Amino acid sequence: MNVKLIGKHEKDSRACRDGLALTLNEMMAEDKSICYVDCDLMGCINTKMLQKNYPDRAFEAGIAEGNGAGVAAGLAATGKKVFFHSFGTFSSRRCYDQIYMSAAYAGLSVRVLGSDAGVTAAFNGGTHMPLEDAGMYLSIPETTVLDPADYAQLASITRQLVNVEGVSYTRFVRKGIIKVYDDGSEFEIGKGVVLHESDKDVATIITSGIMVDESLKAYEALQAEGISVRVIDMFTWKPLDEELVIKAAKETGAIVTAENHNVTCGLGSVVANCLAKNCPTIQEFVGVQDQFGQVGPQDFLMDEYGLRAANIVAAVKKAVARK
Amino acid sequence: MNEKNCKVLAAQIRLETLKVIHSRGFGHVGGSMDLADLMAVLYGEVMKYDPKNPRWEDRDWLVMSKGHAGPVAYATYGIMGFYPLEEAYTLNHPHTKFPSHTDRKLTPGVDLTTGSLGQGVSTATGAALGNKIDGRDNHVFCIIGDGEADEGQVWEGFHFAYAHKLDNIIYFIDKNGYQLDGPTDSILAHGDIAKKAESFGLYTQEIDGHDVTAIYNAIQNAYAKKGVPSCIVLDTCKGKGATFAEPKHDHSSQPNEEQWAEALAAAEKAYEDAKNA
Repeated sequence: MNVKLIGKHEKDSRACRDGLALTLNEMMAEDKSICYVDCDLMGCINTKMLQKNYPDRAFEAGIAEGNGAGVAAGLAATGKKVFFHSFGTFSSRRCYDQIYMSAAYAGLSVRVLGSDAGVTAAFNGGTHMPLEDAGMYLSIPETTVLDPADYAQLASITRQLVNVEGVSYTRFVRKGIIKVYDDGSEFEIGKGVVLHESDKDVATIITSGIMVDESLKAYEALQAEGISVRVIDMFTWKPLDEELVIKAAKETGAIVTAENHNVTCGLGSVVANCLAKNCPTIQEFVGVQDQFGQVGPQDFLMDEYGLRAANIVAAVKKAVARK
Repeated sequence: MNEKNCKVLAAQIRLETLKVIHSRGFGHVGGSMDLADLMAVLYGEVMKYDPKNPRWEDRDWLVMSKGHAGPVAYATYGIMGFYPLEEAYTLNHPHTKFPSHTDRKLTPGVDLTTGSLGQGVSTATGAALGNKIDGRDNHVFCIIGDGEADEGQVWEGFHFAYAHKLDNIIYFIDKNGYQLDGPTDSILAHGDIAKKAESFGLYTQEIDGHDVTAIYNAIQNAYAKKGVPSCIVLDTCKGKGATFAEPKHDHSSQPNEEQWAEALAAAEKAYEDAKNA
């Protein structure tokens, strides 16, 4: 791991999807066994270049995600390292049984990519807003589930995914995103990233994805009030960095999870599972509170669902008060 | 091809399929027995494979998309030497390598895991695509039930294979006319399933699924057709050769021991008759 935190809350000039697309483009040049299957959404994540550069290894399955997922599994059976993409809703709900049986149960490695994580589906609305996608993949044995925060983290993860055995699911943001990490930062699947810590921490914020920046803002607001908290980027929902979670729980005594996902089946849930088994700890859950998505600008949706630094600050105070 | 050898092998596969299912006492007899002639042609005459190296890269693939026909595959692979036949007489026992539906992680010879109907069509199609990328001259054979063809995914798979010009895959539709709840025509009538497959751009033939020569010839015709995937619709009789299942076209069967004894004796006799023909 080699992480350079920027954390200035500034927008990246690049589209987040390019962290994936440009990286995959490089990887496919180096490794001829990598294949890519998309479901008529290459144009949305800038992977048409893969079809142009590697026409014999990048395929359209068309608007037929169940079949596309099965084709990906069949390719894997012939020794190909396969990446499979659709919007997060369709690469989870629409092809769940196919990924479950044809890939995961069958012991075949497929790297599933779900774009437009959570409320970042914005103007595509509730029908396209994946708030349970990661939860579905968490439920399948032997999977890897990841929720990267920005361009650099997505690029680093993409490079590692090729060596991940079994089914993995990576949800990511397509368009503009806050630049949390400097380019060249390297992350390790299974290892959370401690962004702030001190021996005065009274709680720990465990977060990922677009909520990392909100958590960093919450950290600053709490610091200004003289409240010291630990902040962990847990982009690796599965495998969860249990050691880091347990250490934070023991040292700070209160946990707040913050996720761009339904709290009933996501990061908060896996952290709660870990804590209940190892060291029961007070926990507050920031995230979508078992609601459907809806249409609107991302800023509006983040306010609407309580995905803001202010919500995290309030949750920290509540957790500390419950001690 | 050697027609007599094929017929003998088909009779042996029927007998062994019954023995495999008898080891558990119940199971999917109907949809297994009707495939014996196809399996005999494939493994006796057509396919390239190495029982000692089931994942040999240049092998021909078999995907039993109607995964509940596992027993006929287990009987065939056992006869062909992938494992001692007796091992398959543990069907559905705890920790068996022979589950009701075919599983690539458990059974030597099984190329892809199936069970949730329709899915084997897509995975077989993906395997054909992978083999084509690597320039192999092998084929993928995918066996689909006519009831299974209710699943839209079957047709999505055909669509993909046509669009990507996969001429290294042959889909067999086992048209036995029955599914779990009764005749396919009364559940969700297909109309002319061969015409439907043809309209998806597949080179389609419809033949007697119990005529080994017709099966062999249809496969040779399919090999000769370049640039498009093939479909062979097999007109079959569900339960063919199982005395308790054939008259009723049973989907799954739970015969009593007397019925088992009668069926096994009849299959034994059919095997001897084939050898002496």
